[in-house]
Order: sequence, then C-alpha cells, then structure tokens
Amino acid sequence: MAGMEMRALRKSYGGLEVLHDIDLTIDDGEFVVLVGPSGCGKSTLLRMIAGLEPITGGEFRIGGRRMNEVPPRDRDIAMVFQSYALYPHMSVGRNMGFSMEIRRRPAAERAGPVAAAARTLGLDRLLERFPKALSGGQRQRVAMGRAIVRDPQAFLFDEPLSNLDAALRVEMRLEIARLHQRLGTTTVYVTHDQVEAMTLADRIVVMNGGVIQQVGNPLELYDRPANRFVAQFIGSPTMNLLDLVADADGLRLGNGVRLLGPAPAAQLGIRPEHLAVVAPADGEITAQALVIERLGSDTNVFTEAEGIGPLLARVHGNVDLRPGDRLGLRLIRERIHLFDAAGRRLPPMH
Amino acid sequence: MAALRRTPPALVAGKYAAIAAYVAFALFPLYWLLKIALTPDTLIFSDGTALWPSELTLDNFRTVIFQSDFMAYFRNSVTVSLSTAAATTLIAAAAGYAFSRFTFRGKRWVVALMLLTQMFPLLMIIAPIYKLVAAIGLLNSLTSLIVVYTAFNIPFATFLMQSFFDGIPRDLEEAAMIDGCTRLQALRVVILPLTLPGLGATLGFVFTAAWSELLFALMLINSNDAMTFPVGLLTFVSKFSVDWGQMMAAGVLALVPSCLFFLFIQRYLVQGLTSGAVKG
Repeated sequence: MAGMEMRALRKSYGGLEVLHDIDLTIDDGEFVVLVGPSGCGKSTLLRMIAGLEPITGGEFRIGGRRMNEVPPRDRDIAMVFQSYALYPHMSVGRNMGFSMEIRRRPAAERAGPVAAAARTLGLDRLLERFPKALSGGQRQRVAMGRAIVRDPQAFLFDEPLSNLDAALRVEMRLEIARLHQRLGTTTVYVTHDQVEAMTLADRIVVMNGGVIQQVGNPLELYDRPANRFVAQFIGSPTMNLLDLVADADGLRLGNGVRLLGPAPAAQLGIRPEHLAVVAPADGEITAQALVIERLGSDTNVFTEAEGIGPLLARVHGNVDLRPGDRLGLRLIRERIHLFDAAGRRLPPMH
Repeated sequence: MAALRRTPPALVAGKYAAIAAYVAFALFPLYWLLKIALTPDTLIFSDGTALWPSELTLDNFRTVIFQSDFMAYFRNSVTVSLSTAAATTLIAAAAGYAFSRFTFRGKRWVVALMLLTQMFPLLMIIAPIYKLVAAIGLLNSLTSLIVVYTAFNIPFATFLMQSFFDGIPRDLEEAAMIDGCTRLQALRVVILPLTLPGLGATLGFVFTAAWSELLFALMLINSNDAMTFPVGLLTFVSKFSVDWGQMMAAGVLALVPSCLFFLFIQRYLVQGLTSGAVKG
C-alpha cells in the first residue's frame, strides 16, 4: 500500500488543455472519490494515475516514487473498468489469476489467491465459467476479484457500478465499502453519482472543467461547499439558489424579505431539506404547490414562490398538500449558504 | 395477442418457397458443372439440357488427374493462394491494428491512398505491372503472382482487419497492460485470440480471390510449369473444340481446396466470441 501525490499535474490533447494544475495528496489507505459531471476530467485523471494516458506536465508519485514515465504494468496498481474488461476467452479463474500468470507464477501458486478472492466475492462455483455465461453483477465481481488477486498498492475504479441496475448497485456499493474496510488498500474511485461518492469516500474531490473545485470529506462538502458549483453538485435534490438584491439597508430576497449578511452576497443557497413548510400566514415566503412527489420517507414539494420563482422543499414523512395549494416556507437560518457574484462561498450570515 | 401475431401458413410456405427458389438458382451452375463432369463425352451433346445424365462416368476425372498437367497447375495454385493469403493476412493484421489503435501523422493520407488503389480497373495497370515484373526478371514465376496478389489484396484486407480490431474494446488491452503485459504481450495473449474470426475471414477472402484470379496469371505466366489452375483450364480449349467433360471435371476438383479451406476456418468465423467481455 502507498499514498499518492500529484503536483501541478496537467493534461493536454494537442493545444487543448483538459486538466489544469491538479494538486492532490492521497494518504496511504485512503478511499478518495473523484466526482464531477461528464467531461470534467475525472476519468482522464484516473487514467493518468493508471499510466494509460501520458502526463503532459507536473509530477505524479506513488509511495514517493516518481511515476510519470513508468508504464502501467510497473505501477503496481489494479483497475476495475466500467465495462469490466474481462478477457472473454478465459475462464473466471484464469481471468482472476491473469496478473500472476503473466508474471509466470506457477499454477499451484496462483490457485491460493484466486480461491481466496473467489470466496470473498462468492464466486467459488463460477471459476470454470466464461464471462459470457455470467450476469452483470457476477462480471462486476470477477473484475473486482481480478483486482484483489493482484494485491496492488492501490485500487482504481472507473465508474464500476454504472452498468448495474439500481438494486445491484446498492449491493455492490456495500461490497466495495466492506472490501476497503477489510483490505485497507489506497483507492481512487471515479463516479458521476454523488450518492456513491457520499457513501464510499473518506474524501471527495469535486471536479469541473478540468479543475479541482473542492476536496473534503462528504459532510464538509455538504455543509460548507466552497462554491456554487459544489453546492449544486453535492446533495440531492439540488440546492435552491435565490437571487439577492442589495440596497442601502442591506440584502433582501426577491419578495422583499430582509436578511442580515455580507453586502457582496449575490445569491443565497438553501437545500430543499432546510426549507420548512408552514401555513401560508407563518411563512416568510408564500408559494403555490405545483407538484408533490411522495417518496414514503420524504415528500418533495415543487413550488412557485411569489417574487422569487421555483423553489423545492423536502419534508420528512408525508405532508397534507395538493397541487395548487398555497403554503408558507421558512428558511432555516443556520443552513443558509451565501455566494458572491463569482459563485464563491461567503462567510455564513449568523 | 399471440394468436393475432401468428404468421399465416400460406405466408410461411411462400417464404420457404422463395428461399428454395433462390438456393436452387444459386446452386444450379454448380450442379451443372458436376453433371457435365460425370457425363460421358459421347453423350454431352445428345443429352443436351436433360436434368440428369443418361449414363454416369468418372472417366473425365481420371483423364484430368492422370493424363493432363492439371495436378501441376493445382499445386501451383495452392502454393500461390496459400502464400498470398498468409502474407496478406499478416501484413493486413498489423496495418489494421495500427489504424484501429494509434493516431499518427499522415494516417488519413495513408488510408486515402489505400482507398485510391482500389479505384482503378485492373486492366488499366496490367501493362505497367507486366513491365515491372519483366524488369526484375520475375516473369513466369509463382513469386510474381504472390507479390502482385498480396499488393492488390492488402488494402481491402487491412480495412477488414481494422473493422475486427475496432470491434474489440480497448479496455481489454488496457486491463491486460495494467495486469502486467507489455503492449505486444497484450496483443498476443488477449487481442489475437479474439481476432481469430477476423483472421479466418481475411484468410478465406484472400485465398478465394487468389485461387480464382485469371487476368494477372494469364499475363505474367507463359510456361506450362508455372501455370495456375484458372490458366490451366484454358488448355482444355483447343483450336477446333472444347473438351467440356474434362474442363468441368477440373472445375469440380478446383472447388475442393476452397471447400476444405473454408471447412478448416469456419470455426474461427463463428462470431460472438467477444460477447461477455464488456457490459451487458
């Protein structure tokens, strides 16, 4: 096992720079999730870590050793691909032991680690099968088994759950978490799914446009997003953003409600779960319910707020509302986020 | 619903009748080849267009095998076709892999040039080819045919191989390289076994093309020793008559290697080997 260091890492294709000055340190044994929208550069960064993409500039180290020019096979890493990338002409057992086979370890020596990994992943009975005879979840497990048998310094996962259905995704997510707890191997995991990021990560790296937006543990990102992008990307449903008007007396919302806060604030962010639904007369915002989504444990109330625009409130449990009903909304003050015109986070208002 | 969707029996019968008619139409020349090869010389004209010969004989085959140069032509054809197929497939596989996996300067130009070579009718270039081959002293040699056939088959075979490589996910090579392979090892251990259907198809295509080529063989080969079988077939045509029975018997025999070759490669032609490699 080993930590990783990236210093001013850059990647260009021709004249187009897609990753700009990435600085990131990953501790030994840490589970780091790279998250961001499509095209943000997270997969490219992972491929640079793996050695599958050349590094244009900067320096990358694993366990203190410079890796920029080291080919993938000598980096001592294992990678689980989104497509699983199982060798179709090899049995499950041979797939899992392939990294040892290519290093000319005798079959007897390979059998132990393969059997142990197969037991861990519940693949004992499938070792003789070929990938085409496996279900999606089983293929995913074989891909993970192949990585485990490699016993690497670090695991790399490239959106490994995207091709699974929702139930299986939850199950495999749990399996990956348990595996990391057991093995404690440094892991870099790429996903665009923020639930995966929040549930798996020791630390999350939020990326956009080839730039790291924020690095932090899941709750830091949820409670103190560094900017408007992170605020909107982390948390589901998405945070509400309300425009603020500054006048001689301070800040006010579009509907005239006054707020205390630093003058440069241009927008106020409030997560749907931090908007309290109250009677119309008790709210600082009056709104009309448009759509009610009842999820059982929670209810999403999509509203059109007077003087403000669309607002989404999330209420724990059920709520007695129908589309067209009028309601009041209150902002939970200590949960308000403020952003300046450039989208940067400002100190809280209380 | 199932009852509503069931195809009417008349339609099913019609479909099978159409397929049968097509197969009969496509295979009829082959049947005719065999029929005349088995008909005694004396009955060829009297039997005329009767569907079944009134008498069967193997005399034509006997004459062709034991009393003509046909076996020599046959050997020449096998040498030329196998060598061409092997050389072309080897070069086309390497080129196809490069086109599929690498971006390099001038790639588009190379592809365009290769396409360009396919646009000229062969008749246009036969004279310069003759001059070239004569200049290097390769006239009347099987080598000249192998070189020329290989050169002319490479572009198409390359595009064919490229499409097979394109169908193999890059992830597989990358996974192999992370598992400890060099690129060459990944190619040999992971990619090549998955390309067998492509190699089989390319081998089959080039073999058949070289096996039945007449134009270049006619121009570049004069001596009886170096004649390939399509040229040899013309020896059954004499100034005053055509030896139909023997010609057809030679034709039937010429089908044998092609059939054997396809029988040999057909298990590699079976598709679907890569299913299960990636999602779904």
